[in-house]
Amino acid sequence: MANKKFKCTVCGYIHEGAAAPEACPTCQAPASAFVELKAEKKLPTGSNAYTFAYAAAMVIVVAFLLSFVSSALRAKQDANVKLDTKKQILYSLNVTTADPDAYFSKNVKDMILKGDTIVEFKDDFATLYETEGKKGNFHVFVCNLDGQTKYVIPVYGAGLWGAIWGYVALNDDKNTVYGTYFSHASETPGLGAEIQSPAFQKRFEGKQVGDSLSAVKISVVKNGKVEDAKYEVDGISGGTITSTGVDAMLKSCLGNYTKFLSK
Amino acid sequence: MSSKKNKEALLTPLGLNNPVTVQVLGICSALAVTAKLMPAIVMGISVTIITALSNVVISCLRKTIPLRIRIIVQLVVVAALVTIVSEVLKAFAYDISVQLSVYVGLIITNCILMGRLEAFAMQNEPWPSFLDGIGNGLGYAKILIIVAFFRELFGSGTLFGVNILNYDCVANAGYVNNGLMLMPPMALIIVACIIWWQRAHNKDLQQK
Repeated sequence: MANKKFKCTVCGYIHEGAAAPEACPTCQAPASAFVELKAEKKLPTGSNAYTFAYAAAMVIVVAFLLSFVSSALRAKQDANVKLDTKKQILYSLNVTTADPDAYFSKNVKDMILKGDTIVEFKDDFATLYETEGKKGNFHVFVCNLDGQTKYVIPVYGAGLWGAIWGYVALNDDKNTVYGTYFSHASETPGLGAEIQSPAFQKRFEGKQVGDSLSAVKISVVKNGKVEDAKYEVDGISGGTITSTGVDAMLKSCLGNYTKFLSK
Repeated sequence: MSSKKNKEALLTPLGLNNPVTVQVLGICSALAVTAKLMPAIVMGISVTIITALSNVVISCLRKTIPLRIRIIVQLVVVAALVTIVSEVLKAFAYDISVQLSVYVGLIITNCILMGRLEAFAMQNEPWPSFLDGIGNGLGYAKILIIVAFFRELFGSGTLFGVNILNYDCVANAGYVNNGLMLMPPMALIIVACIIWWQRAHNKDLQQK
């Protein structure tokens, strides 16, 4: 005989038995005042089978959810990334405009290296220049800035915590730096992340990339240790590894362009 | 809906049960993002939103979660939520998502989230859990903002990037920005000072 529980609605007394008592022992309420308490259904949260089933179901649900969100938003995200890349390229040219897309298609040409000259890049606008570099597509953005020609070269490398990248704009002598833009994925705020600050990026203006361009001479040195102001740029104190990363990034990426730049 | 217990869930984390100074949770991220005020505020808001949401989800699921894998379930819920939020931001508010990209990893591994899920959401209804999440997130944000205020002011001489102390007259008086303020250890020292101040003022928190 299964024991059922009955609760007195008058005083709250709980009676255990097959049926409700005739009268409540504490407040003498009749049997009709009792209601049966149904045992709460408990899921077998301790059993192995349940645990496995739960884990499997959870993984499938979450996987579907994430891939659904990711594919539903892919197109919009790609458009954002392209727009942002164009903004960054224009930033290195000190151009701020409300409509980067329009400005870009009017004034900037996406070219790639072929031998020591550049030819037009015919594919869709690319945003991952590291992958492009591995494919042998070294991009140069040729920009017409109020009648003057500027060359923008994308650079990429590694900082302390993650990727760093940027764009270096050169004057039409292909040697003097006109402007730069640097950004990072996860450098330390206040230290390495300062490469994103205009104050740091302005330090590159007017520097020379190299002399005869047999090698890239522009470099980032420890804060306050600039000896040759023609090529050397002050690093960030406290952000040494990120500064070194910028230095290595400039040397390796601009190094791919020496033939084009020395011509 | 606003019983005394719910009010407590919302308000005690701001003071007597602060996640950073009393529960001593989330210290690691408090070091990482408090060199400047702006990232500290962004991080505080993000943690508040994610803690509240994941508290609600876990609280709804709490009766079904197998006990032996509950930490994994909590982690999956938090990671999925953070990933979805960052994907949505990337599509509709790209600039914010770029700023937040640094914090995504820090939010997922923030021990405040796990601590509140385990200590509160597993035992309570969704609504109080939501309030508890908001309260703890704000309590965390409060400490981050206090720490970041001192670190940015004395480390860089600015607030929100606006110049406060970097003037010639200040420099001539012999004041220089303290580079140590920008280093992570200084965050620990400031948090310790806040804990000291708080315990000195609250008899309940003093150990006998």
